[in-house]
Amino acid sequence: MNGQKEPLLAIRNLHTRFHIFEGVVNAVDGVDLEVFRGETVGLVGESGCGKSVTALSILQLLRCPPAEIQGRILFEGKNLLDLDREGIRKIRGNSISMVFQEPMTSLNPVLTIGEQISEAVRLHQGMPREEAWRWAEQMLQMVQIAGPKAAAREHPHKLSGGMRQRAMIAMALSCNPQLLLADEPTTALDVTIQAQIMSLMMRLKEDFDTSILLITHDLGVIAEMASRVIVMYAGKVVEEAPVRALFKDPRHPYTQGLLGSVPIIGRKGVTGRRLQEIPGVVPGLLDMPVGCRFHPRCPRRMDICCEKEPPMAILGEHRRVCCWLERNGVA
Amino acid sequence: MTERVSPAACRVESQRKDSRLRRNWAKLRRNKAAVFGGILLVIYLFTALLAPVIFPGSPSAPNLIQSLEPPTAKNLLGTDELGRSILGRIIYGSRISLLIAVGVVSVGLLVGVPLGLISGYYRGKVDFGIQRATDAMLAFPGFLLALALVAVLGVGLKNTVISIGISMVPIYIRLVRGCVLSVREEVYVEAARAVGTRDLGILFRHILPNVMVPITVQTSLAMGTAILFAAGLGFLGVGVQPPTPEWGAMLGSGRVYLFNAPHVATFPGIAIFLAVLSFNLLGDGLRDALDPRFKL
Repeated sequence: MNGQKEPLLAIRNLHTRFHIFEGVVNAVDGVDLEVFRGETVGLVGESGCGKSVTALSILQLLRCPPAEIQGRILFEGKNLLDLDREGIRKIRGNSISMVFQEPMTSLNPVLTIGEQISEAVRLHQGMPREEAWRWAEQMLQMVQIAGPKAAAREHPHKLSGGMRQRAMIAMALSCNPQLLLADEPTTALDVTIQAQIMSLMMRLKEDFDTSILLITHDLGVIAEMASRVIVMYAGKVVEEAPVRALFKDPRHPYTQGLLGSVPIIGRKGVTGRRLQEIPGVVPGLLDMPVGCRFHPRCPRRMDICCEKEPPMAILGEHRRVCCWLERNGVA
Repeated sequence: MTERVSPAACRVESQRKDSRLRRNWAKLRRNKAAVFGGILLVIYLFTALLAPVIFPGSPSAPNLIQSLEPPTAKNLLGTDELGRSILGRIIYGSRISLLIAVGVVSVGLLVGVPLGLISGYYRGKVDFGIQRATDAMLAFPGFLLALALVAVLGVGLKNTVISIGISMVPIYIRLVRGCVLSVREEVYVEAARAVGTRDLGILFRHILPNVMVPITVQTSLAMGTAILFAAGLGFLGVGVQPPTPEWGAMLGSGRVYLFNAPHVATFPGIAIFLAVLSFNLLGDGLRDALDPRFKL
């Protein structure tokens, strides 16, 4: 598919650790992933599996408690972790931007929408104030906010959740970034608005020729938007697959469990159960199980799972699984 | 659908903004004490501005023939030991007191707010340094600190303002730092960082406006304290120097005649009392009106 091209973003062996009073937390533990130009990659997993920390590590937005980021984050071939404060600041919002989960709290209550959207272009492109304001109005039009001129003068409390998320997307796209990190962009919205925001993002991705790293725990959103999916569990990548292959043929027991826990109307007749839950809870980050991190919850656990960490098995291009069940094709 | 902005939204917005102001104003107006304080303050302000109109002639020219006269129709509040009208000196003294109040909070705001912002936002060593210095300053009772600073800097109007101003700085640092600590964790601050806003932009554009309410309230209260401190310094003879009419100094010189001419000390005392009271009442009222959790 995209194998021959240079990836836009390549994360190599990323480790993000937090040093806290109780010890060291390995929030992200050796993550590899690639995002190509014009592609939407989904990053899925339960709460606390390190999805958001991965995204925040890319822009080095983790401050408190102080995070230690190791590995390489190659953006257009340059390692972002080598950049100084000013260097990473010029990337933020300019070539890589971010949409946050909570549209209610991610806009500053004392500044108007227009001021907040025009901030990025004024910072990165040195656009004069009035021109930036007009650009902000255009951006609001592009994210389909009716009456963009009026909306630009509003303060955030006047806007609904969906409108705020549109405004956040406008803000993120205002400098025409090459990569958009969308951290659960639709989680806080109700379903109809979710659908609108998703189709809006898909359209804007085409218009702006932007790649998206979509972080979510909603498999419906993934099926809708992503072309390739990376499944994370407890700070590690456990499976990667093109979206159809993942839904059709999930290889990792965790992925199978995730798909089984999506309610499907009519499934009860086939399997006798409407929902299959994954037993147990996500392990605490301070005491990870030895061996495969999923083994205490895994229905297909073997002896070796409790002893040694499984290697990553490469099954094909962009198809890999980290499980002892996949012995053939071990890299 | 639901998320449609009507074409008239900008008009609605300006009305809304108005209405928020108006609601706060209504809350303030319903608070009788605050209204009393506000009115008193306006009277003081006009007195200070129109002093030469209200009291023609010099407030400092002595007229020893009529010294220590009790209140009469000619001299409504009587005269002091040099025969100067106490009313006139109080009127001109309001200029000095308000000037000191404004000067002191300016020093406090200009020094304390940036330090508080930096301290709360950057944390770490910078924060530690600023906070220990603040601790050291707060260890002195405020007035004692001002007094010590006057001892170093010397007497006079300018040094009074500077020394009381410096004694206000740690209060502002603590207040602003505390507010910044909570605001800096807001998602919109992170979002601002995510679009590449510089630290200075985040501090002054994104955080400062969100901590203005407590700063406003503190400023009103600090003005009252400043007047009180300045009067204290004047009373001790280390504040504004005679013949400048200053309330505290008037009180101090009138103290000697407390038994045979009590009006000399009493009326400046009342002027100080009312000025401080008005600032405090207004400050309390502002706090109640601007705090969204406090519904009247």
